[in-house]
Amino acid sequence: MTAPALELRKITKRFGDFCAVNQVDLAVPRNRVVALVGESGSGKTTTGLLALRLIEATSGQILLDGHDISRIGQKEMKPYRRQLQVVFQDSYSSLDPMMTLGKIVGEPLQIHGVGSSAEQRDQVQVWLEKVGLDGSYANRYPHELSGGQRQRVAVARALILGASVLVADEPTSALDVSVKAQIVNLLQELQADIGLSMLFVSHDLSVVRSLADEVVVMLRGRVVERAPTDRIFTDARHPYTHALLDAMPVIDPKARRRRTFLSADEIAARTPRLHPSDLVAEPLSDSAEPQLVALAGSHFVEAIVTEHAA
Amino acid sequence: MRLVEIDDLQVTFSQHDGLVQAVRGVSLHLEAGESLGIVGESGSGKSVTCSALLRLLREPPAKIAARAMKLGDTDMLGASRQEISAVRGRVAAMVFQDPMTSLDPVFTIGHQIAETIMTHRKVGRKQALAQALEALRRVEIKNADVVLKYYPHQLSGGMLQRVMIAMALSCEPDVLIADEPTTALDVTIQAQILQLIKDIQAETGMGLIMITHDLGVIAETVDRVVVLYGGKVMETGPVNDIFASPLHPYTKALLNSIPGQVAGKRRLTEIPGASPNPAHPPAGCPFHPRCPMAIAACQQATPPLETKADGREAACIRVAPELVPA
Repeated sequence: MTAPALELRKITKRFGDFCAVNQVDLAVPRNRVVALVGESGSGKTTTGLLALRLIEATSGQILLDGHDISRIGQKEMKPYRRQLQVVFQDSYSSLDPMMTLGKIVGEPLQIHGVGSSAEQRDQVQVWLEKVGLDGSYANRYPHELSGGQRQRVAVARALILGASVLVADEPTSALDVSVKAQIVNLLQELQADIGLSMLFVSHDLSVVRSLADEVVVMLRGRVVERAPTDRIFTDARHPYTHALLDAMPVIDPKARRRRTFLSADEIAARTPRLHPSDLVAEPLSDSAEPQLVALAGSHFVEAIVTEHAA
Repeated sequence: MRLVEIDDLQVTFSQHDGLVQAVRGVSLHLEAGESLGIVGESGSGKSVTCSALLRLLREPPAKIAARAMKLGDTDMLGASRQEISAVRGRVAAMVFQDPMTSLDPVFTIGHQIAETIMTHRKVGRKQALAQALEALRRVEIKNADVVLKYYPHQLSGGMLQRVMIAMALSCEPDVLIADEPTTALDVTIQAQILQLIKDIQAETGMGLIMITHDLGVIAETVDRVVVLYGGKVMETGPVNDIFASPLHPYTKALLNSIPGQVAGKRRLTEIPGASPNPAHPPAGCPFHPRCPMAIAACQQATPPLETKADGREAACIRVAPELVPA
């Protein structure tokens, strides 16, 4: 079995007394898109930053292609950075306004000393075209671009070093509807072309449905459900996943309905109770606390395992 | 009764590099108790239209012209400054996208709502605070008496937006204008806020204008839709008709580009190109450079907004007769 492109094992991040990410396990298999969804404060963005080692974990392991990168120094980290790249939500603040797009896209090549400056310029042209921008954009500045175009630049910069793993944190959330589809399509094309593995952090379930192979749902720093995308949409088991799906606007005015909303306590009270025979693997602990358990079909849900399940 | 009437509104901004034409001949109206959705992307002119209606734009650089622009009985173009501030809040109140920047960080929630009430009604501070408390209860804030003493930073985004709605409703306006009220919020909180706005509308019978780029929000909340693009109305009609059989190619393209409508990983239908530059809009139909149905005539003259069917108008010369429901 080949190692996943990116794997997090029991990753935990505490800020003082607050546990932002609590024992999260996650794997992005090669050539796959795994979506990390949840609301603000769920810890999804922090998890993405931990995977990139842009912040340091309190405990747990990060594996890139099977190599443990969680404890190595920044210098040893450098070669791995070529493989592991990121695109952020806000392309205004993530592109230097004083640099031309050519400089922005070519900077990773400079930092890593890849090729002569002529070769670097050629690569920049190649990548600007790959993300759907004319090569002439190399001489322009970020403020001359629309939001969608800036996000294309961010994608080119992330992939120019030949990254195999991309963490994309809400890359389409700030975009207009008509441009959102363009960026989702671009990510899909690149994923197929260069065999990219992607951790796609988003609160937008509709984009996730069109892009992801697997969905991981986070609530207050914990993974509460994880399943292939279609199963999340058709057979979600956790009440919080149901709440997220139910809140999605329905694109049919004739299907309007009055919604009811569950409080956090009500969601906790509805944690599924499963009988050991419902599981396809032994639960890790025999406590009565909720834990992530395995169901058939690569489906995991946080549940209470009990002999007295309904 | 007609609450809002806008006829041929033009809004321009003079900038160092020329004139930006943000709104180029928008007409729309709102009847009592009705809810109207204004949908469009950034730069389509949707927010500017409503800010112009309430005369919230700084003039200059903004320049507003229209055949008519009425809010209730008030002619908003000819009204004096006093008349305009009397209308704001009482006849029409507005809720903005970002509640954090709409509220003053150094005053308590109660102080800010009471201030609004005292501006529009002849009541004392004590009475105004009592009414502020009532307003917070109405937007389903449970510990309203505590929240009254809170400062904005002590509340979440969803709670702040409830406070903004409470403040907007505190003077019982005839029209609530909500400008992307849920865009900054999580999907579950968005659903709650939209439900709240709908409930209050049903209860009070006020008119509602919902400004958004999100067709999902439109589908969930309004009766009638105005689709804006490049500062112009592309299409108007009842919400069910717009979603079931869009007339304008832009409306159709927008609906097709919504992700996640069907199961499975797939390529989305995208609209090629980018929105028009408002400083240099294309000649003719603003959508023609991106339109799959465009012909030479589309770039020569701007198509007028024409009635295509009962209650439905579109500004397109390429709407095929068979698309128009009989």
